[in-house]
Amino acid sequence: MAEEHPLKPFYSVLVLAFACSTLVALAAVGLQPYQQINRTLDQKKNILAAAGIYREGVPVLEQFDVIETRVIDLASGRFVDDSDIDPEVYDQPAAALADETGRPLPREVDDAGIRRLETYSLVHLVRQDGAVSQVVLPVRGKGLWSTMYAYVAIDADLNTITGVSFYEHGETPGLGGEIENPRWQATWEGKKLYDDGGDLAFTVQKPGSQVDPEKQRFRVDGLSGATLTSDGVDRLMEFWFGEHGFKSFFEQIRKQGGFNG
Amino acid sequence: MAETRKELLLRSIFRRNPIALLVLGICSALAVTGQMSTAFVMSICVILVTAFSNLTISIVRFQIPNTVRIGIQIMVIATLVIIVDQVLKAFFFELSKQLSIFVGLIITNCIIMGRAEGFAMSNPPIASFIDGIGNGLGYGFILMSVAFVRELFGSGSLFGFEILKLTTNGGWYVANGMLVLPASGFFLIALIIWILRSVDPAQQEKS
Repeated sequence: MAEEHPLKPFYSVLVLAFACSTLVALAAVGLQPYQQINRTLDQKKNILAAAGIYREGVPVLEQFDVIETRVIDLASGRFVDDSDIDPEVYDQPAAALADETGRPLPREVDDAGIRRLETYSLVHLVRQDGAVSQVVLPVRGKGLWSTMYAYVAIDADLNTITGVSFYEHGETPGLGGEIENPRWQATWEGKKLYDDGGDLAFTVQKPGSQVDPEKQRFRVDGLSGATLTSDGVDRLMEFWFGEHGFKSFFEQIRKQGGFNG
Repeated sequence: MAETRKELLLRSIFRRNPIALLVLGICSALAVTGQMSTAFVMSICVILVTAFSNLTISIVRFQIPNTVRIGIQIMVIATLVIIVDQVLKAFFFELSKQLSIFVGLIITNCIIMGRAEGFAMSNPPIASFIDGIGNGLGYGFILMSVAFVRELFGSGSLFGFEILKLTTNGGWYVANGMLVLPASGFFLIALIIWILRSVDPAQQEKS
């Protein structure tokens, strides 16, 4: 083989890197519309799953008829119906990043580790025979490696968890990734968020911790081998059901005498 | 050694199977063989990636400087894997969720790198392409065989269709829990290697 010019490796790598990155960029950009459709469908499926009404084999959009999506102002907790937000395409994490639609969170209140909070949030009302039976709320927060996204379904009493569904995360498969496990998610059902005084009491704790039986109804076992992920879940619940999250929304609804009042 | 194209394609399935003879690509063979459908998709992805990485590398093999050839091979493979991953996310979303990180890990599948370095660097494009498909098929053959046993006896189904009715669903078949765990893939692959080497003693290692 002939002696190589010392610069040749640099040229070849540069040319190849350029060609490869062009291909990857084309694939990513070209396929994005299709991926977006899938993602939206997947979110809807998870909203239904959190509410416990997802049926396998029936088109998701058809089942989604029972869900009414509304926009609320997180700070005041009121419905905003005159905003120009289209719930179909509204991307909350993206809205949090823009200055017009989000704000930075001071570190001392940012339990979920999300850094910025959007002004408006979507809420999904599940209707059964005309009355609102559950409300499904989007939450997110930092786990060990990634931001975890979930839907939490709350009963119309605004205190009982009726289901949860983690749908996007980058936690360790088999350990923290078990937040996706339906069996673990099922342990959330029936747990209460707030105690009699109206304070947030829900926690995710290490399995086997000594707990007062009285507090059992506020407590979900964390995942073995995934302490940091479980702590992340605990903190994101604390944030989203605290005063910066949906608490003011719950207060507004209570003031009106409930969803169906 | 002059080999016909057909031979190039077929030799990697039984005679020189990358998993059974070379014992490469074991990690993903354990991870995705719990179900036939994931094993099938994984096999297709690996066939495509091996074939095209072999083809690409073979075409540019005279331009690749010897000192950075491994890096260049990895770059080609990584590009192909990302494209496959993006296509899966766009058109087979459910499957891509199930395969999760394993598609990305195709990059580190030793079979692809092994064929690029061991075959494509010194053979013409068409032969390399066929060799890539052959090795992908060999990988897929083992994957599907392992997945067949694991899904049938571990979950009582094939491709998700119920074959043996499980006791948990009111049937008669008690699922073998061990086969659901990845480690059972080890035992099954060992059995396949045993069978292949008994049938074809040429594969046995000389002591």
